[in-house]
Amino acid sequence: MKHTISLLVENTFGAFDRVATMFSAKGFNLHSISIGETEIRDISRMTIVTSGDDQIIDQVVKQLNRLVDTIKVVDLTEHEKTERELALIAVNYQKGSLEELKNINDIFRGSVVDINNKSITLEITGPPAKINAAVNVLMPYGIKEMARSGTVAMKRGEQVKQLKKDLDPSNL
Amino acid sequence: MVNKTKLSGAEIFFECLRRENVEIIFGYPGGATLKIYEQLHDVNFLKHILARHEQGATHMAEGYAKATGKVGVVLVTSGPGATNTVTGIADAYMDSVPIVVFTGQVPTSLIGNDAFQEADIIGITRPITKHSFLVRDLAELPATIRKAFFIAFTGRPGPVVVDLPKDIIGSSCEFDYPEEINIRGYKPTYDGHKNQIKKAAKKISEAEKPLLYVGGGVIMANASNELTSLARDNNLPVAMTLQGLGAFPGTDKLSLGMLGMHGTYWANQAVNNCDVLVSLGARFDDRVTGKVATFARGAYKIHVDIDPTAIDKNVLVDLPIVGDVKQVITELTAEIPAQSQIDNWWKQIENWQQECPLHYETEDGQLRTQYVLERISDRTRGNAVIVTDVGQHQMWTAQYYKFTQPRTLLTSGGLGTMGFSVPAAIGAAFGVQDKPIISISGDGGFQMNMQELITAVANKLPIKFIIINNSFLGMVRQWQELFHAGKYSFTDLSQSNPDFVKLGEALGLPSFSTDRIDKVDTILEKAFAIQDKPVLIEFKVVKEEMVFPMVPSGGSISDIMVKRLNPKRVV
Repeated sequence: MKHTISLLVENTFGAFDRVATMFSAKGFNLHSISIGETEIRDISRMTIVTSGDDQIIDQVVKQLNRLVDTIKVVDLTEHEKTERELALIAVNYQKGSLEELKNINDIFRGSVVDINNKSITLEITGPPAKINAAVNVLMPYGIKEMARSGTVAMKRGEQVKQLKKDLDPSNL
Repeated sequence: MVNKTKLSGAEIFFECLRRENVEIIFGYPGGATLKIYEQLHDVNFLKHILARHEQGATHMAEGYAKATGKVGVVLVTSGPGATNTVTGIADAYMDSVPIVVFTGQVPTSLIGNDAFQEADIIGITRPITKHSFLVRDLAELPATIRKAFFIAFTGRPGPVVVDLPKDIIGSSCEFDYPEEINIRGYKPTYDGHKNQIKKAAKKISEAEKPLLYVGGGVIMANASNELTSLARDNNLPVAMTLQGLGAFPGTDKLSLGMLGMHGTYWANQAVNNCDVLVSLGARFDDRVTGKVATFARGAYKIHVDIDPTAIDKNVLVDLPIVGDVKQVITELTAEIPAQSQIDNWWKQIENWQQECPLHYETEDGQLRTQYVLERISDRTRGNAVIVTDVGQHQMWTAQYYKFTQPRTLLTSGGLGTMGFSVPAAIGAAFGVQDKPIISISGDGGFQMNMQELITAVANKLPIKFIIINNSFLGMVRQWQELFHAGKYSFTDLSQSNPDFVKLGEALGLPSFSTDRIDKVDTILEKAFAIQDKPVLIEFKVVKEEMVFPMVPSGGSISDIMVKRLNPKRVV
């Protein structure tokens, strides 16, 4: 089963590498990994999508916690959460298919970010399942190139309060 | 604010070591650490031991750390100096040994340029360190060194690498020492969960067939006395892992000796028949469990460990307690009301002891390792630090030497590093002066770090370097005989081994050799009488001896082999 894990890590040299190395060293699955800044300067948030049985996921979470640069690890799988992924998808078109592609783009609430005389590039954002659906629909037209950001995710609700709580020394 | 004068990077480095109470460092100078060594020339508060190879220096730091409970410190140069420490770091990681390894690095402007003697040691050691630091600003050095020692020593101990670029050490800045450090991502749990401890106490007191399964964590946590009380107050049998030997007196009737692949028959039977298994500072290593599915099947498993990742990693347990094993054992002992009657359990264990005692051939007049170890055990009565290498002699040491005190067996368990014994014994000799230090190696492993004999001679360390010479890579040969069609592929050293006595003498060690049973005691007598320098003793033993009992890798207790019927058949 797929699990989405969110972590706060020190924004230091090698923190990302430590997480990635741990996954390869332990032989855990890594479907996607994304990292970016948070509202706090020296802390980054990573979102990891992994999979495995309960024992493996338990180990993944513990091993992530064990890293010195990791401040907080939450398995979001069982939580109310917002998950988003962004995809840039370049699709081939012929004369007749351009309108169809624009319709598909509208259905997925995407935007056209580039076009030339052979292909059109769509930007589609949403939960990973929506991206997968868009990819499936676009596949028959001939996907020329695709870039996916990997999942970013957050717990729903009082995020700001939560992050402050997470960083309160008494909770660390 | 007091006016602060600027200090050089090297001055700051040593001032930080002084504040960490570092007494000794094991190292080897080189281009990237010249500034540090220039400063070291005028430093008086610590000893620097010049190893002959950086791997040796790292094992020395391990030996020192294991024998004393203090942090071992290594100082090497960049590139090859750093990469030579990798095996020692991996060894320390597997056996949770607190060491801090300072590596020189090329100047920051050259990092990534394939500069002379450049190696990405932080990248190379990432999966085998507890943590690591690349110092990129001299102002960060004091806090970094404090963190490095703190991380290495606390929680589940382990190796920490600190990479020091040459230009950073060559610069200077005001010395600002942090009185406190706070690492928000690193907070080891020391207090075990109270209710879990209560539950564990109840389970133990109600057990009909309880067993304590004790690992190296008990020794690291200095919890031997607490363990001894727990076992004796409740009449509990104690089985130990290789790293756990010495945590509980091997001479005590409650001791079942070692369990696992080459553990005693009765310890392995006990672990597979117990109804409550209490793991204390052990990690359910595959050399202990064999086939996981049948390990302690049916037992209620309690697991006390300071490292949460150790829990449910190899074997799913019923009751985990994350915490400092010393505190947990103390609370556990206080919570156990009265142990239920377990006389029947002890009778069963005694039956197993009689059914299949440790045994070796004594009738044919040939010298065997087991006999040598019994003589050493008799002579020292547990009052020595035994530093083994890896292989058959290591397992026989675990079986035949009676360890009675913690920190008296130093051995490479997790990584199984041949070449560990000689340098680790040297490190131990610098930390322990009130006990003889005895290094035991096979003829193969001895040759992996024998250059460090020079370090022992140079420092007049009274170590007894014992070589158990069977002219084979004995344990590999044993597996070849048992599982690889008897093809002794590249394990026979008889044609290529050096004359160890001549070798020892050339390096300045009084050296002895025998293949006779009746000479063992006289040679030991002579060797132990020499107190002002190291000695070398070669025991030429039977070539194709087997270590029994043996539970084959991944096997169950039902697969245990106890003797060789003929060269190709074992039951």
